[in-house]
Amino acid sequence: MAYFTQQLINAITLGAIYGLIAIGYTMVYGIIGMINFAHGEVFMIGAFISLIGFIICGSLGISSAPIAIVLVLLLAMSFSAVYGWAIERTAYRPLRGSFRLAPLISAIGVSIALQNYVQLAQGARPKPGGQIVSGGFNLFTADGFDVRVTWLQIIIVLVTIVLMAGFTWVIARTSLGRQQRACEQDMKMAALLGVNVDRTISLTFVLGAALAAVAGMLFLMYYGVIDFFIGFLAGIKAFTAAVLGGIGSLPGAMLGGLLIGLIEVFWAGYFSSEYKDVAAFAILVLVLIFRPSGLLGKPEIEKV
Amino acid sequence: MAEPSILSVKGIETFYGAIQALHGVDLEVARGEIVTLIGANGAGKSTLLMTICGNPRARSGTIVLDGEDITALPTHQIVRRGVAQVPEGRRIFPRMSVFENLQMGAILADPANFKSDIDRVFAMFPRLAERRDQRGGTLSGGEQQMLAIGRALMSRPRLLLLDEPSLGLAPLIVRQIFESIGRIAREEGVTIFLVEQNAFHALRLADRAYVLANGRVRLSGSGKELLANQEVRAAYLEGGHA
Repeated sequence: MAYFTQQLINAITLGAIYGLIAIGYTMVYGIIGMINFAHGEVFMIGAFISLIGFIICGSLGISSAPIAIVLVLLLAMSFSAVYGWAIERTAYRPLRGSFRLAPLISAIGVSIALQNYVQLAQGARPKPGGQIVSGGFNLFTADGFDVRVTWLQIIIVLVTIVLMAGFTWVIARTSLGRQQRACEQDMKMAALLGVNVDRTISLTFVLGAALAAVAGMLFLMYYGVIDFFIGFLAGIKAFTAAVLGGIGSLPGAMLGGLLIGLIEVFWAGYFSSEYKDVAAFAILVLVLIFRPSGLLGKPEIEKV
Repeated sequence: MAEPSILSVKGIETFYGAIQALHGVDLEVARGEIVTLIGANGAGKSTLLMTICGNPRARSGTIVLDGEDITALPTHQIVRRGVAQVPEGRRIFPRMSVFENLQMGAILADPANFKSDIDRVFAMFPRLAERRDQRGGTLSGGEQQMLAIGRALMSRPRLLLLDEPSLGLAPLIVRQIFESIGRIAREEGVTIFLVEQNAFHALRLADRAYVLANGRVRLSGSGKELLANQEVRAAYLEGGHA
């Protein structure tokens, strides 16, 4: 029981990070019907900007962890948002109205370019991030096994919940969110009502990128080490999470992230940690075969 | 046509790829008028309405709204100048509530007017008030048409473009919709440009009318004149009316 609880705590933490990245996939898919294959790279860049941010905070003598985290969070979100915007402008917008595969190919191109750019600029070796938040507490002890929750895990889950709640509120309740959903459902009609569709699509990329940057920062803090290649695996897993939850569905992305975290951690904890990635991707295959619209995906049939 | 034109279309040609849909259309809509455009399926009626809104863009010709050339403007800029469209097929946002659909109609309007505007729409179509929180996609065809008109009115347009509002609706509902259109013109002072296949209702309602065939204006005149015109009767009115 103790071992199970410990795995559960770890899984929720990991699932939170996947969920944050998955939101970007699902939102972009929702609005333009395409997967942003450069999204994992935005996550990776967010992690690097966070690392640089923490180093700057250190050299400025900001020793309070909460202040440093908030500052780095804002820094990473705003810089990555620019990357998200630039990806849309360079890889997607010029190819709108072109054949469907074209923007996917250009996005993969952007992805490769960003990986190599970071590799050149930051070096290929893994970068240690140092420990920003340490410590935790014992939840309970059973069978001679301490079930531990670290402060960092609490921060990760709390930041994720706050961001997801805020984000859900923006989409469901604000005029901006309504315009975003309107573009998703009928772009031509949205334009007829005065929505600037191009700007709304840009905004979707920007919001997704900002959330991915937060995931990047949390990843850096949790694992303590990053390199230019982390975006690939995390990106594909978050993509799997988005598909599992139902691509295009916002709550689906959050649920999918959590489930992928659970699957991965429990597989590693009970079966084999070498094959944890295989477990996550086997789920992708199974979902695509048996339930392509995902757990919370929208039904395709609509009354006209 | 004592009033100045609110909409003036001159020599519009529109293409879908290599196929030409409009071959030089000219027409005028004066302020406060109800003008209708009738024509068979595929005559280019919807294309003309969409071209006025900038999607697709006209390849040649000019569209002038209240003295300003809007031919090259993007759609969201054109509608910002006081044009609203009730498009073909109504295009209700299916996964938004009735209320949210109306909120979408109001994004260009002054938020201070929202409450009174939505009350006016609900007064005109009480059914919408009853279904306020229901999803747009679950409404009946007639209710969707009411919602599409209500949504267009939320922006307080000067010029309202309607594309076949009677399509696929029961005769009783059609009468109700046409009555509302007449009221919008008379009571709200909105200029109306109405595209219809249901020529009988449209011509009776309209001050003036145009007949479009194969992408060209074939005939024009007052609603009454065209209603009496032999050619119009033979082509668009025989076989009764809904």
